[in-house]
Amino acid sequence: MRIGIDVGGTNTDAVALEGRTVLASVKQTTSEDVTTGIVQALKSLKAQHDFAPADVEAIMLGTTHFINALVEGRDLAPTAALRLGLPATASLPPMVGWPERLTTAARGKSYLAHGGHEFDGQEISPLRPDEIRGIAHDMEAAGTRSIAISSVFSPINDEFEESAAEIIRAELGSGVAVSLSHEIGRVGLLERENATIINAALRELADKIIGRLVEVIHAEGYSCPLFLSQNDGTLMDVEYARKYPVATFASGPTNSMRGAAITSGLETCAVVDVGGTTSDVGVLTNGFPREATTVVDVAGVRTNFRMPDVLSMGIGGGSIVHDGYVGPASVGYRLTSDALVFGGATVTATDIAVAAGLVDLGDASAVAHLDSGMVKAMVDQIGTRVADTVERMRTSSAPLPVVAVGGGSVILPKALPGLAEIHLPQNSGVANAIGAAIAQVSGEVDKVYSLATRSRSSVIDEAKAEATEKAIAAGASAENVEVVEFDEFPIPYLPGNATRIRAKAVGDLGIKEMAR
Amino acid sequence: MSTVATDTPGPQTLMVRPEDCPDFAAGAAILGTGGGGDPHIGMLMAQAALDKHGPADLVKLEDVPDDAVVLPIAMMGAPTVMVEKLASAEQFVESIRSIAKYLGVEPTHIACMEAGGVNSMIPMAAAAELGLPLIDADGMGRAFPELQMVLATLCGVQAAPMSISDEKGNSIVLETVSNKWAERLARTATVEMGCSTIVSLYAMTGAQVKNAFVPGTLSLCRELGACISYSRHHAGSAKDAVISRLGAVQIAEGKISDVERRTTSGFARGRAELTTAEGTVEIEFQNENLLVRRGGDVVATTPDLIIGLDTDTGEAVTTEQLRFGTRISLIVSPADERWHSAGGLELAGPRYFGYDTDPVRPVEFRR
Repeated sequence: MRIGIDVGGTNTDAVALEGRTVLASVKQTTSEDVTTGIVQALKSLKAQHDFAPADVEAIMLGTTHFINALVEGRDLAPTAALRLGLPATASLPPMVGWPERLTTAARGKSYLAHGGHEFDGQEISPLRPDEIRGIAHDMEAAGTRSIAISSVFSPINDEFEESAAEIIRAELGSGVAVSLSHEIGRVGLLERENATIINAALRELADKIIGRLVEVIHAEGYSCPLFLSQNDGTLMDVEYARKYPVATFASGPTNSMRGAAITSGLETCAVVDVGGTTSDVGVLTNGFPREATTVVDVAGVRTNFRMPDVLSMGIGGGSIVHDGYVGPASVGYRLTSDALVFGGATVTATDIAVAAGLVDLGDASAVAHLDSGMVKAMVDQIGTRVADTVERMRTSSAPLPVVAVGGGSVILPKALPGLAEIHLPQNSGVANAIGAAIAQVSGEVDKVYSLATRSRSSVIDEAKAEATEKAIAAGASAENVEVVEFDEFPIPYLPGNATRIRAKAVGDLGIKEMAR
Repeated sequence: MSTVATDTPGPQTLMVRPEDCPDFAAGAAILGTGGGGDPHIGMLMAQAALDKHGPADLVKLEDVPDDAVVLPIAMMGAPTVMVEKLASAEQFVESIRSIAKYLGVEPTHIACMEAGGVNSMIPMAAAAELGLPLIDADGMGRAFPELQMVLATLCGVQAAPMSISDEKGNSIVLETVSNKWAERLARTATVEMGCSTIVSLYAMTGAQVKNAFVPGTLSLCRELGACISYSRHHAGSAKDAVISRLGAVQIAEGKISDVERRTTSGFARGRAELTTAEGTVEIEFQNENLLVRRGGDVVATTPDLIIGLDTDTGEAVTTEQLRFGTRISLIVSPADERWHSAGGLELAGPRYFGYDTDPVRPVEFRR
């Protein structure tokens, strides 16, 4: 069996799964300290369905802890950014346009040095080891403990980032954490560099939190491996997670969507995840969330993380109904005291759902006085607005089923105008924890290739093979790993028939193959 | 307000301040007609230069003295490279310096050749770096892909001598027999220099600029951007405000139902299909939007500005951002009338881009 835990800002959800059968599930308030909450969740699962820790093959954890730390600017390591590319790029030094609050919280220092490559892999200027050494000592004097290295066109040629990292480690010892941009982002220097600096700033926190998690899980008697959910809905082991905390940023909505696919049995569908204040709408294709193609703003910083393409809207179970409109203001977690059906005085979306007979909750007589015309109008409005958002997310003209998950999904009407029926799968309240428990492992390649001297098919084969190897290295079972996504974008204005190729391979976690 | 009130009637100076850059860039994206390169990186460069050197003066076209020495500046290259290999600190100054030295002149004004996309912002960065005023006008009133496609070509102004500067410190000055040759040679040099260069071309006197430029286009960008930011704060769409400010007409509104792309001879060519209540509309693009068909009939073409706006916000949608499900309001804004002359159409009409049709204009623009 496997255990999936999803630690959100408000709730911590956990499930114990045998194959795809839910043996036990719990929902509790998130604790101040992540580890205590997780131990509590494990205990609650055991109380519901007795099992021995030795029966558990793996524990999977999704957490918003790291993105929250960034947004709040707390627990960030003193960070320095080193960019290789001089004389290019000096018009915009690292951390340009960052919110000052964040730069201060990370005690951000910026350095520019020679290096970088052209789009065709030639050097802009050679790396200067002495220059890097000088910068390393300056960083040390400034109290830097984590370093982000970026180099122009490193997604095409990563040698300078790797060499600079070696030089820095030789000078400052292995105690200093180094994050390399080619391992984190894609072409688009500032966005990739930003993501790398954010990752660097979170390295110490990741080390501390993940270290503690492993300890407490062992102390509870679990000897199985622990995995963390990544933005794309696949898993990473704890060693990888310590190095790449940014890869956890969007795991919340992704796990909900993956869980929706599993509990509904639909691989290609729209998912509406209804919370207390907002709903997230996303689209699954072959069981995986579609990725946003645009830049993603994280805590006021532009990045090009791979995030799921999700539209948020201001409708949730706690939305306040006012002046013939639902939301965006919400009673949030006070739903159970402020809503009419729970003895409060505020008309919420949940009260409308009870009055309309969509769900039986609390004291239905408390909403009997609501005008039936108004109730119908509000139910229709929720349906129309959700349907509209789903419409915007569709990627083809084929009919798209809709799956609703999340604690607030009771407020949705039975069907959405112009769309198919809404599926409300079992256990939809803990779909996120199920999504975490069922996750697979992936490997990815995103590079610019020149087709001037090679055939297109040999380049494509190479990219696919590299993605597959990376997936196996990350723990995928060699038996069922396959390439699930493949994109090719010709690049305008570049000579040599340049084309950008992205390939992603995914496979089931080879637990049996992991000797731990 | 950034207008400086003066007691006596005379030249009015506007300022370009760092905080104005987001509005300029949002408006430039609209005049980019789907292409023109991402103004964002240009915006950051302009902001950084204006932060460092203080605001730049924006001078009305009519207030430019006849004997002014005007040096336009632009970025040339592949958009993919522009967002990765950013300009050096000296590149703007270097490109102006090398052409000024070659011509033996002292520049008095900086100018913009292309108000759409990234090249609306580059002259602001250069003006700040050099401490020179910028002219509130541009060489075409929109974005086009090749450097001979400016009204100055129609006025007989030569692009060359022009300078091309890379970030490594290399500079080239070209002398050419025609503006089309300037495009060909500059493009080749740019590729060799790493696919992103800063160029200074079409050096002109104030009198020539007044004859060859489209007035007020930079402040127009700012106004369009201000419409968008105002609407964003009031949870509405800037679409109607943008249409009215441009004197444009909406020719279709619907959802993108298909996008097909291919890259041939360096252009991102493609076709997008818009499903509307009145049937299917097709948009043909080559970096910029160039032609629109409804039910097989051509209803709008270059040189008029064919602009896709996000229906919900009124923001520009670039051809790169087109994808299934985007709700688009397709609007057509009249190009400067000079583009509709025989010479203008030869430079940038539909036939130049390989479409076998005379230009078609919405009925509202026909004379």
